[in-house]
Amino acid sequence: MMQTVPIALENCAKTFADGTRALEAVNLEIAAGETVVLLGPSGCGKTTTLRLIAGLEQPDAGGRVRFGADDVTALPIEKRNVGMVFQSYALFPNMTVAENIAYGLRLRRQSAAEQRARVGEMLALMRIERLAERSIDQLSGGQRQRVALARALAVQPRVLLLDEPLTALDAKLRDTLRFEIDSLLRELGITAIYVTHDQAEAMALGDRIVVMDHGRIAQVGAPREIYQQPASRYVAEFIGTMNRLSGHADGEVFRCAGGYVAWPALPAGAQEILFRPEDTRIAADGEAATLHGTVGAAFFCGNHVRLFVEVGEAQPLVLETPARREYRHGEPVALAIETHGLMVL
Amino acid sequence: MKHGKLLLSLQFAFTLAVCAFLVVPVVMSILAGLTVNYFVGLQSGLTLRWVFEVWDAYRDTLFLSLGLALACLALTLLLGVPLAYLLARSRGRLARAIEELLMLPVAVPGLATALGLIVAYGGFAGFRTSAAFILVGHVLFTLPFMVRSVLAVLSVIDLPTLEEGAASLGAGFWQRFRDIVLPNCRNGILAGALMVVTLSVGEFNMTWLLHTPFTKTLPVGLADAYASLRLEIGSAYTLIFFLLITPLLLTLQVLARPRRQSFAAPDNTIENAS
Amino acid sequence: MSHSLAISRRQSALLLLPAAIFFTAFFLLPMLRLFFISASGQLGWSAYLAIVSDANYFRALWTTLAVAAVTTLLTLVISAISGVFLQRHAFPGRALLVSALTLPLAFPGVVVGFMVIMLAGRQGLIGEVFALFGGERPVFAYSLAGLCMGYVYFSIPRTILTIMAAAEKLDPRLEEAARSLGGSPWHVVRDVILPGLRPAFVSSGAICFATAVGAFGTAFTLATRIEVLPMLIYTEFTLSANIAMAAALSFSLGAVAWLALALARSAAGATVAAAG
Ligand SMILES: Nc1ncnc2c1ncn2[C@@H]1O[C@H](COP(=O)(O)OP(=O)(O)OP(=O)(O)O)[C@@H](O)[C@H]1O
Ligand SMILES: [Mg+2]
Repeated sequence: MMQTVPIALENCAKTFADGTRALEAVNLEIAAGETVVLLGPSGCGKTTTLRLIAGLEQPDAGGRVRFGADDVTALPIEKRNVGMVFQSYALFPNMTVAENIAYGLRLRRQSAAEQRARVGEMLALMRIERLAERSIDQLSGGQRQRVALARALAVQPRVLLLDEPLTALDAKLRDTLRFEIDSLLRELGITAIYVTHDQAEAMALGDRIVVMDHGRIAQVGAPREIYQQPASRYVAEFIGTMNRLSGHADGEVFRCAGGYVAWPALPAGAQEILFRPEDTRIAADGEAATLHGTVGAAFFCGNHVRLFVEVGEAQPLVLETPARREYRHGEPVALAIETHGLMVL
Repeated sequence: MKHGKLLLSLQFAFTLAVCAFLVVPVVMSILAGLTVNYFVGLQSGLTLRWVFEVWDAYRDTLFLSLGLALACLALTLLLGVPLAYLLARSRGRLARAIEELLMLPVAVPGLATALGLIVAYGGFAGFRTSAAFILVGHVLFTLPFMVRSVLAVLSVIDLPTLEEGAASLGAGFWQRFRDIVLPNCRNGILAGALMVVTLSVGEFNMTWLLHTPFTKTLPVGLADAYASLRLEIGSAYTLIFFLLITPLLLTLQVLARPRRQSFAAPDNTIENAS
Repeated sequence: MSHSLAISRRQSALLLLPAAIFFTAFFLLPMLRLFFISASGQLGWSAYLAIVSDANYFRALWTTLAVAAVTTLLTLVISAISGVFLQRHAFPGRALLVSALTLPLAFPGVVVGFMVIMLAGRQGLIGEVFALFGGERPVFAYSLAGLCMGYVYFSIPRTILTIMAAAEKLDPRLEEAARSLGGSPWHVVRDVILPGLRPAFVSSGAICFATAVGAFGTAFTLATRIEVLPMLIYTEFTLSANIAMAAALSFSLGAVAWLALALARSAAGATVAAAG
């Protein structure tokens, strides 16, 4: 039975020996069995946070790492009983697949029979029974990542840590494995921390997402919450696409270069309103449209067209519209915006 | 185009000539070792007499050289592999300096190293007259080759990540060293080992000053034979040396083939000039 | 990525100490001792001056450097022609030829000396060939020319390997570009191939030079008459029992060899670092 635990980072800052401040004092609580995704652009400190939890890095003085009731701050990684999956797999080339999976068990002095049983179980779980006796260099990228997962899970770790496990794989395989990892984590109910810079991956996998920005936590929340109620411009623009109109509030109407947007809940003094592409649409024939622009570009995407509409702003508005109709460059269009999708940050 | 063809043929002929320059004397010396009277020529007949004579008179040198080479290998493994690992992990200025220092016994002429050993330890009669005295010189000379060979492999594999992987599974320092580091630099150790044995068997520069009448190695015996015995015996002795060294060399070439580059790189190509 | 798994003082010590103790006890301390002994003769520290002021020593120094320079030049030219050819052209028997060319890689200097005797000694092949045509038998094994020949013999295999490796890494597109711009084969050699091989020339040339400066076995086999520095050191030590002078000469010789390698390294950057 997995003895999975909640995890807490208290005041964990990290300054590297060369003076790089990778992480400001971070506080984060992760419930037992929860899958948390660390998301952010390159260099924002995701890996550093993960390595603090793993025990591969020490937090600056004053920082604490807790696994359940245990303070593990001073414990080296080999004593923390964590499972780790690396972007580059880190499989041992001197061992076969089975030996790789058994390595952690061997270190725990399990009997040969116990090891064999557990390795078999893991191979079956990852559906790689056929590969047991292969050497690592005979495996494809996807197979390697399955072995890496099996090896990390074999020792029944208290927490599973994954650092961009799918980044090295091609798009199709990434989809398949993402789905597999998702069902695996749910099935096992293990505490998992997953690092990625791919927001689609983060949305799909995370119970909660931690958005990071320059060594700070910008927002923590469920995927839906992060998307619909971003706490800051940074989060709003990092996750998905955000349309923006600048202008001024005039009672319940926001006036801008392309016309106006009526919004009963418009805060007084607003200089900018934000909304998602999916809350933006081409006004229906005969609909009284209040916002006008011209088509800047139209990208045909098969099932829809991605439309960039110039409305006199620095950035064109983005929306997706059914592909039935063709749009030409420079063609005038009228836009409608769903009021419930409007926000001010 | 005709011009190019001619140039090509010239290059080919030149290369063949170089090859002949290197190989012909080897063949001649082998033949000389098997000829009854080299001065008369091959018509005097072939014989194994000289080989047996050398075997009777000099086989001790062969065994001593082999023993020394193996002892040297054991010591360079013991001293060199852990050092290489430490150097691979700490690529700072100090590590570079240690590497540089280690190279000195190769850069400095063997005569100088041998003189140093003699002035420092020549007074310890028991040590001076034992084969261990020669062994020390050989280890000094071959150690950098083992270290570099292992270091070269350690710096191309992603050791940090492999070790982190092992650590996450619960492996402590020495467990990682045994289970991950050593097996994964196996090729470097192997190449280094062959290099060490080959160099030790052929070492003459230091050995000539370090040896005593009771501790003669194969090259020392060869120099003796060249200086004082008839050509046929010198040749037969050389033949025995070839028999010993060729398998080592062939293995070295086979090992080097998949990544000939690194073998031919300056790393491994420093002299055993003697 | 750098290593983040801590390595304790004790662990570092266990990894480092065996080699460090051995190296200090058997190399650093003896060399220090030798250094002080080099000043213990009648001349004191001016023993080092004698290398320049004493005609005998000075001549030996020059001979040594000249032999080394000629050896280096010959080896580089020969190895460049054959090495580039072998790397560029596939033909049946190529592997065998490469093997044959690298055969003497493990020959010690004494054996190389013997090979020179086989070629240019009193009963040597070259003499036989000349005798066949009724000429006089040239016997040059025991002269400086023979010594040079031995060093070239010794250095060709490793130099060819280095140059072949460097030629393999030359970007063929550069050559094609030169051709497309109308360069003749000679232009291609001069402007593309030779500059591309420069680092290999510098590094293997330095090793070749340092080897020829410090080698002893070949000279020892060929004759005691050849007055190069290593032979001189040997005679000072054994025949004249002049340890101080032998030590001073050894350090000078070591400095020359080391300098050749160091200069090559600074000329070629990191590529020769490995040659130490
Ligand atoms: N060992 C180290 N020494 C010095 N600085 C480091 C070290 N490791 C990371 N950094 C720096 O710390 C910052 C955060 O790095 P981190 O690896 O955590 O980023 P990340 O969010 O994982 O980025 P990526 O998506 O590119 O992997 C970066 O500026 C990085 O350059
Ligand atoms: Mg990262």
